[in-house]
Amino acid sequence: MAMTLIQSQTASSASSVSFTSGIDSTYKLYIFKIINIHPASAADFTWQANAAGGSGFNETITSTAFRTYHTEGGTSAGPGYNASGDQAQGTAYQWLGGSVNQDNDESASGELFLFNPSNTTYVKHFYSTLSYVLDSGGPLAYRLDAAGYINTTSAIDEIDFKMSSGNIDDGTIKLYGVG
Amino acid sequence: MPLGAFKAALMGTAGVSTGDVVLLTSTTGSGVSEIDFSSKITSTYAEYIFRFYNLGPATDEVNFTFQVNATDGADYNDSAITSTFFRAFNYEDASNAALGYEAASDQAQGTAFQILSAALGNAADKSTAGELHLFNPSSTTYIKHFYSRMNEYHVSEAGVTRDQFVAGYINDTTAIDDIRFKMSSGNFDGTIKMWGVK
Repeated sequence: MAMTLIQSQTASSASSVSFTSGIDSTYKLYIFKIINIHPASAADFTWQANAAGGSGFNETITSTAFRTYHTEGGTSAGPGYNASGDQAQGTAYQWLGGSVNQDNDESASGELFLFNPSNTTYVKHFYSTLSYVLDSGGPLAYRLDAAGYINTTSAIDEIDFKMSSGNIDDGTIKLYGVG
Repeated sequence: MPLGAFKAALMGTAGVSTGDVVLLTSTTGSGVSEIDFSSKITSTYAEYIFRFYNLGPATDEVNFTFQVNATDGADYNDSAITSTFFRAFNYEDASNAALGYEAASDQAQGTAFQILSAALGNAADKSTAGELHLFNPSSTTYIKHFYSRMNEYHVSEAGVTRDQFVAGYINDTTAIDDIRFKMSSGNFDGTIKMWGVK
């Protein structure tokens, strides 16, 4: 599996990170690597897509989300479905992770796989994994896995990442094509 | 294609790029107590991927584990880990299958070796395989996130496959430059490769 780095963007107090070029029919798989996304304030880290010729990041998504967590104090742990992170034919930004915390040494890292976005026959499948710190009842290790499809047969050529509120204070997102 | 060329295409060759993913080191152990990667973990890459190929323990019912050593540390025991561990399993005779959390394999600010694959069998055809992602280990600002997925042929005589998912963070803002893999007891065989993602 040869991966080619197409684009790398580093956010600094940015409201969003958009990839508006480089997603085309060259590759059948695109992987976004998310490195140390640090929000200005605790918020959900999310993404949406824009179809070719479309006018906004508002495509229809049906998705699942499940998570596993463990507190630093060891008081609570477990896997479970995370209904806050899924969508049923929604056009909202899709969760990569919920309530990513903003303490100075905390961030979120992971990856998003997007399959064959330029295809004009099928809907577009994706899945993601994000590892981060969530501060609810004490710091805890949190892993969120999401998957689903962008319910359009139009080609997807743009992806936007942002926090549900506030800026991305710091962090890097890299886009790779997989041949 | 000559055998050597085929092997390189299949397994990768150290120092050779596969696009923007570079195979940095490949180590094959035979009856070894641990496999260490004590060089090449630097700020060159923001993500390192370790892939595990058929790790077979010498001892029955042991765990495959890892720990790290920070640049200011003297050994693999001073970086606290908070982690999660869940798994799915299924018996060969289909008598039992489930998804669930495994509290015995997670850590809450622990400095023990983190379990990636639990309760391995040592029969000749049993082993574990998978991968571990470690993000930005050289950062001196952020704690270090990781996650893994490994499948194993469980110790149970009944024949059980287990798909294991681990995630968490090494709660240390000091750069990490060493990582060690070992069984919880005894030696093991197998290959571990370390890749850097540009």
